[in-house]
Amino acid sequence: MVENFAISLRGLKKTFGTTTAVDNLDLDIASGEFFSMLGPSGSGKTTVLRLIAGFEQPTAGTISLLGQDVTASAPFDRDVNTVFQDYALFPHMNVLENVGYGLRVRGINKDGRNRLALEALETVRLAQLGERKPSELSGGQRQRVALARAIAVKPKVLLLDEPLGALDLKLREQMQIELKELQRELGITFIFVTHDQEEALSLSDRVAVFNAGRIEQLGTPRELYENPASEFVAKFVGTTNLLEPDQTQLLFGVSKRASLRPEKIRVVETGGTQAVILEVSYLGAAQRLLVKTDNGVQLTVLATAEERVFAREQTVHLQMSATDLVSLEP
Amino acid sequence: MRDSASVSELQANPVVRVSSARRISTLLYARAKLRLALLLAAPVFWLGLVYIAALLAMFVTALYSVDSFTGDIRPGFNLDNIASLFTDPLYVNVTMRTLGVALLVTVVDVLIALPIAFFMAKVASPRLQRILVIAVLMPLWASYLVKAYAWRSVLSNTGLAQWLLQPLGLSTPGYGIPAVVITLGYLWLPYVILPIYAGLERVPNSLLEASSDLGAKTWATLRLVVFPMLVPAVIAGSIFSFSLSLGDYITVNIVGGPNQMLGNLVYTNIGTANNLPMAATVALVPVVIMFGYLAAVRRTGALDNL
Repeated sequence: MVENFAISLRGLKKTFGTTTAVDNLDLDIASGEFFSMLGPSGSGKTTVLRLIAGFEQPTAGTISLLGQDVTASAPFDRDVNTVFQDYALFPHMNVLENVGYGLRVRGINKDGRNRLALEALETVRLAQLGERKPSELSGGQRQRVALARAIAVKPKVLLLDEPLGALDLKLREQMQIELKELQRELGITFIFVTHDQEEALSLSDRVAVFNAGRIEQLGTPRELYENPASEFVAKFVGTTNLLEPDQTQLLFGVSKRASLRPEKIRVVETGGTQAVILEVSYLGAAQRLLVKTDNGVQLTVLATAEERVFAREQTVHLQMSATDLVSLEP
Repeated sequence: MRDSASVSELQANPVVRVSSARRISTLLYARAKLRLALLLAAPVFWLGLVYIAALLAMFVTALYSVDSFTGDIRPGFNLDNIASLFTDPLYVNVTMRTLGVALLVTVVDVLIALPIAFFMAKVASPRLQRILVIAVLMPLWASYLVKAYAWRSVLSNTGLAQWLLQPLGLSTPGYGIPAVVITLGYLWLPYVILPIYAGLERVPNSLLEASSDLGAKTWATLRLVVFPMLVPAVIAGSIFSFSLSLGDYITVNIVGGPNQMLGNLVYTNIGTANNLPMAATVALVPVVIMFGYLAAVRRTGALDNL
């Protein structure tokens, strides 16, 4: 291998009994990349993470870490660390002992590990809570302790298994920003597993969309959103209008299966396609309209909130362009 | 038809059919204290009268004495019996022996139970796990006496132990203190396995994964994560094996050879010696030891695990 990727997966396969969780996966993740694995539950993304961490042994294929084959290595011999979905903090140790655990088993003396653990806690701004037990922390604080514990041993790659899943929306948004800053600061590779497409898009350099044990599409967030390769990706990443060939024929005069993003359709005063509003949802920053055009096609339209106030059964004019259609493979 | 009839009847005359059961329910619903009193009447009666009163009676009887001539019990306040526990070499020796046996049984049981419970909770498939729980519980369905006599036969000079050990140049331990420890260890093992198994079940797998993820090898994970979290469960199990061993006298009769434990002294004082106050005094020893043991483990939080 010429280039040393942080992680290289080749022909990776994992079956549990008769179910195939990961199906013949090839994937390279560059050093320093913020990489997300996005997919619905059961799509195999968490299994890939557990295979990289070493908690599961692959049925076939190889895993390389910085060009070195670690397929047969135990988790404690791999230079990767995991932030668990349930945080997995040791309940009988205080925060400082939790964060210092990886250093302790590496034989670093108490003074040394306390100093390094405190440093790690400072990066997540929790240095003052070292004496607390995990049970005395809030969810967001536990999340940060888990993060500090994983980065205290300075791994090459950090694996994050839906780390923000248990937090409420406000805290999740704040942690997203902090995660991104932390990754930039530390310069280590983040592999982030999530089922939240918004989270994946906003954080990642690249995203792999998983479906049924395979990567459905791999690309930058913009590529995935603007050019979904399949119906699955178009539906899973953002919301979209999936149009059948007869519908595109009616609306645009071209016949193909295609995706049309709701925000690409504009509501205009006159002209364009006439439609009736079936439903209006007020979203604060925007309004989502469900409309039915004169020729009977139902569409979701995203209009800005200040545009004007829409109401049910109102007639509107829609402007849309065939160039915004993204054709999907059958 | 009938339904609609009764509905219209109810509508016409809503309070016509209030049964006495309903009236009692209504009464109880409004009176939480009465409800609680009814709920706890039977257990409080049992605990208060049958349990604590009997214990107190035993303590009072320990202060009585026996007329050595007539054999009659003389009520009164007399500390001679209690003093003889500390001065009579027989009582001192037997107390120390009983304590030693109980401790040894507990240590042996914990050492055997730990790997079994770990296998059950963390390695076995869910199906095998259920089978093993039943297998561990199964000996409890058989009579205590049958199991003790089975060990007597196994440990006899012509028994299974002799047959197995002879080719190795060893022989059966025969009847005595080792046989008592083996038999009691066998008898109480399920009571030690189950709390440890339950304690391990409460250690999430992700903690073990996190430990190895952070670089800990198997032994370090056991030492730093599993054992500290298991301490309450181990103590809970040890309370069973320790207290059950302290009070036992049948096993030592069957496989103990000439040795006696505290239970035997109680038994002979009631029967052969006809000295009920002394029997009560000896019976206090395990009670006092257990109080000391429980007070010591209370600090560890193990009693939350029982």
